[in-house]
Amino acid sequence: MQEFEPKIVAFVCNWCTYAGADLAGTSRIKYATNVRIVRFPCTGRIDYMLILKAFQNGADGVIVSGCHPNDCHYTSGNFHARRRWIVFNELLELLGFDKRRLFFSWVSAAEGAKWANLVNEVVTEVRKLGPYTEYEKLSKINVNSIGELCNV
Amino acid sequence: MARIGVFVCHCGENISSTVDCAKVAEIASNYPGVVYSIDYKYMCSDPGQNLIKEAIQKHKLTGVVVAACSPRMHEPTFRKATAEAGLNPFLCEMANLREHCSWVHFREDSTTEKAAELVRVLVEKVKHNEELFPIKVPITKTALVIGGGIGGIQAALDIANSGHKVIMVEKNPSIGGKMAQLSETFPTLDCSQCILTPRMVEVAQHPNITLYTYAEIESVDGFIGNFKVTIRQKAKSVDHKACTGCGLCIEKCPIKKIPDEFNAGLGNRAAIYVPFPQAVPNKPVIDRNNCTYFLKGKCGLCKKVCPADAIHYEQEDELIKVDVGAIVAATGFDIKHSDFFPEYGYGKYADVIDGLQFERLASASGPTLGVLKRPSDGKEPESIVFIACAGSRDPAKGIPYCSKICCMYTAKHAMLFKHKNHHGKATVFYMDIRAGGKMYDEFVRRAIEEDDVNYIRGRVSRIYEKNGKLIVCGVDTLLNSRPVEIEADMVVLATAAIANSDSEELAQKLHISYDPYHFFSEAHPKLRPVETNTAGIMLAGACQAPKDIPDTVSQASGTAAKVVALFSQDELTREPLIAYVNNNTCVGCFLCQSVCPYLAIEKEEIRRRDGTLVKTVAKINPGLCQGCGTCVALCRSKSIDIHGYTNRQIYAEVSALFNRREYAGV
Repeated sequence: MQEFEPKIVAFVCNWCTYAGADLAGTSRIKYATNVRIVRFPCTGRIDYMLILKAFQNGADGVIVSGCHPNDCHYTSGNFHARRRWIVFNELLELLGFDKRRLFFSWVSAAEGAKWANLVNEVVTEVRKLGPYTEYEKLSKINVNSIGELCNV
Repeated sequence: MARIGVFVCHCGENISSTVDCAKVAEIASNYPGVVYSIDYKYMCSDPGQNLIKEAIQKHKLTGVVVAACSPRMHEPTFRKATAEAGLNPFLCEMANLREHCSWVHFREDSTTEKAAELVRVLVEKVKHNEELFPIKVPITKTALVIGGGIGGIQAALDIANSGHKVIMVEKNPSIGGKMAQLSETFPTLDCSQCILTPRMVEVAQHPNITLYTYAEIESVDGFIGNFKVTIRQKAKSVDHKACTGCGLCIEKCPIKKIPDEFNAGLGNRAAIYVPFPQAVPNKPVIDRNNCTYFLKGKCGLCKKVCPADAIHYEQEDELIKVDVGAIVAATGFDIKHSDFFPEYGYGKYADVIDGLQFERLASASGPTLGVLKRPSDGKEPESIVFIACAGSRDPAKGIPYCSKICCMYTAKHAMLFKHKNHHGKATVFYMDIRAGGKMYDEFVRRAIEEDDVNYIRGRVSRIYEKNGKLIVCGVDTLLNSRPVEIEADMVVLATAAIANSDSEELAQKLHISYDPYHFFSEAHPKLRPVETNTAGIMLAGACQAPKDIPDTVSQASGTAAKVVALFSQDELTREPLIAYVNNNTCVGCFLCQSVCPYLAIEKEEIRRRDGTLVKTVAKINPGLCQGCGTCVALCRSKSIDIHGYTNRQIYAEVSALFNRREYAGV
């Protein structure tokens, strides 16, 4: 049987992690192909409903990554992201969500190698967990219409 | 109906070596809405761009996806090409196939698959892109230069000479920076003070330059063309308008044993002091941490003797607000100091000194008036050992980078010593000699061949004292790694150049990024070496990376050219990627106001024709909004959105990521 290849989405900010991933490229650091990067201006822009949307669409794991604390291009966006993250985590717990599939990290524009390691680690972790099928069950309860609720 | 064109770039072989570009173009042609797709060797080249322009017109495209390198690299290029073909530039998006795919993966099916998916994501996004138009904002044609070393001085003079106002802020009581401390400069051995001080005076007297010494940056707000900066003018305790600079106060001050920063701790200064005789401004300040009056409330001798009544103990720090259009960071560097080299006895033996201390000993204006005397007993040394790479290029010390200036100044030091003491013995321990630069290698050869400096390739393991001599134990790697021991009267360590201790704090105030060693980061290592990633903030000199004087001066002039180019326009066009409010759904909770870092959210009253108030809603000030989107994610009624990253666009992207059905059978 073929090994399970998890689908990973990364929500990253334009200034640090996106640039860090660019640096991994310019430095030719190899990492797993499973990740798809979605660019945001800042982690503060990331509406966590998007994370649910990603899982709804078949993601097996989600990475959220931005500038290190104090290094935000917009001064404080990453702090807001972090606070929101803490609250959102609680909510996921309540919903019975498998939080091991969610990863939060800080990767700066100078940390190409850290980005590559992060992706590889996440892929290994999620591969162990297997495909995410629980979402279907959960979504029947209450989160099926998340996308519609959010103006889409 | 969307008519999207997909353009897949090979980037020579950078993308095509691991991604099957033709296949990506073929797969993309089947995506809903894609009416044209093609691959080409160099999409950013002229023929490549023409390909895009022609396709836009021929196929009446409503959106363009260029699958090539990082948008941080070529987004402006392709948006410009799109605009030239008559399509709004913001209808062009880039899929990052190079940095995020081909360069980081091996050639396998999954790499091409990923590339095709990345294209699909952007195709779905671009369907929701809207026509956007640049925002025009006025420019304040005044530059702020932070740091009054040679980099700051050069940048300030270049900008001021082209007719623009400059505000210079220097944290020390005098401008001049590290260069003022040097004795001679390589590779010409001309006196540092002689070439620098006229420039310092020029800064002070220039009608376009306002100089704040003994001042620091308190806060920076705003954006390119419109920065609002608060400068903290530290209390000098001396009224510089009244002061004549006679120096009587310095003479009478009873506290005279304070280690002199300018002389790298080798001399002493008073509590009221001018850092050095050629200081600009040449007027004293009181060091409140050491002044008896401020510590104990009595003394007041300087006030009593001052003939101009210029001493004002009651002076307080003053906050000065200025509006500037561009900021040049030229804050320079520092060198590693004591406790860093226990094996070299630095800090333990008085005669183990650093490069900057040697400069002061060799300088005619230094504590020994240019006579080389060793700090311990004042004897003139007969033998000096110079150790290059003290800390630099040493990952174990946390400094893997090359400090760049040490090879050259070590050769200079050895030469200066030999010129002062012809029979003296100069030995240099080095790892490699890095003398790239005009006349640089010739200079090092001169030290070795003409001045008879003994260069030993190898590292020093330990220094200890024996019978009043310093014994330097090293190894000569060019002689079968034979251990060598050299007796020296003095040892000079070329300690690593490091970022200033407060560089991180300043970077955070300026919202610019810095590297792992706290040097400020340039926008692009090759093509944008003087700008930072924050528009309107530029760099000059060693605050970016260790640099010698010629490099610093060229970078400063480059930075000045960038500032002048910015100031040559009356209005600035900004990318319109900013937030906007849907008045219909906004409930006026103003939570967004509390998170906006730029105070860009205002209140807007919506009234009926008869003037009665319907509701108060949030309104984004397009001049202030920087487009971070924090308000968007926060808004509870989903009434705020951000151009370029709208909910519609991002949900479309996320929805396009994977095809859930693949898992149907799992």
